Amino acid sequence: MTSLAPDDPGTRSDANWAKPVDRLSAAGVAGAKDDAVSGKRVAGPLQGFGQLWQKTFRAPLVGVDLTPEALIAIWKEAFPTFWPKGQRFYAPLSGIAPGEVALLEIAPVPGAPVKLSTGVMVLYADDESFTFMTPEGHTLSAWITFSAYRDGGVTIIQAQALERPSDPFDELAYMLGGSRMNNTFWKQTLENLARHVGVTEPVVETQSVCIDRNRQWRFVRNLRYSATVRSARRTMTAPVRKLTGKG
Amino acid sequence: MTAMTILVSRDGDAGILHIAGDITSASEPEIMKAYTQASDGGATAIVLDFSRLEYMNSGGIGLLVTLLVRCQRAGQRLLATGVSDHYRQILTLTRLDEAIEIHDDEASAMAAVTARLTGSPS
Repeated sequence: MTSLAPDDPGTRSDANWAKPVDRLSAAGVAGAKDDAVSGKRVAGPLQGFGQLWQKTFRAPLVGVDLTPEALIAIWKEAFPTFWPKGQRFYAPLSGIAPGEVALLEIAPVPGAPVKLSTGVMVLYADDESFTFMTPEGHTLSAWITFSAYRDGGVTIIQAQALERPSDPFDELAYMLGGSRMNNTFWKQTLENLARHVGVTEPVVETQSVCIDRNRQWRFVRNLRYSATVRSARRTMTAPVRKLTGKG
Repeated sequence: MTAMTILVSRDGDAGILHIAGDITSASEPEIMKAYTQASDGGATAIVLDFSRLEYMNSGGIGLLVTLLVRCQRAGQRLLATGVSDHYRQILTLTRLDEAIEIHDDEASAMAAVTARLTGSPS
């Protein structure tokens, strides 16, 4: 028999988990089009096409006297403000709470004319962590958990993703620089949060581990849900829709 | 919080992990150690007995994905028993139930393992 003391799972309640849902609805989220998310199912790391990666981004908040609970409260409250410039997170009206859906508009590369419209569902949230899960069509089939904990008297903030590129196109983009951009995105997010709470020169440690090198060819047809394809089509047809009054 | 304990047993070709307490991301070393122990001698299936599970957060669910990948690499099936209604819903919500076979009890899981080995319907 083996045993250990677990990390503190925060407030232990079944209500920390989202309720079962067959199809997502983002109709109540203001500011962005919800058609890339509403009606979609969620898709986790098991439903993606590409290789499975676990990425961990961690920053110690040296000199900051805030508990993990206080940090997570700040992070939940002002989550969109910590994102890098040019990327939009449309938070649900009731905030980051289990089962809520947020919409995203992401520039695939800085300054790109095409914005990727997609979203996330809040899968889990307690006092010390919260987790997002992606919908079908998102570039990554993923869970990402944001957490805070104490280590050696210092509060650490962490983002940890378990992700597979959703389809062959996404896998190629991921290999050709998407993964690196993704790393930069979350590194900057942690730096912004650290600065917000008073760290003058934040240091973010990044760790990427390939959990499964196999590609899941049975999910090659995920292409049909692709938010990238949908967003590109929307951008390219915008002038026509404007002319015909269907925009 | 409740300390996690794992008791490993063996039933034919299946290694069984009897998990009690809380599963969080901090449980990884112990779960993987128990998995290695359960796989010793060429287990073709790994059964997770959750009947004494008290709490699992999203870090714990992430661990199940890692464990599933290890099982798939080793050509093993991953089954679960003793799953409460709540965690059954979570496994469905996260779509882990598409890869982890959920059974009402250990006897049913073992019957499924045996049926697959002998080629008879479970």
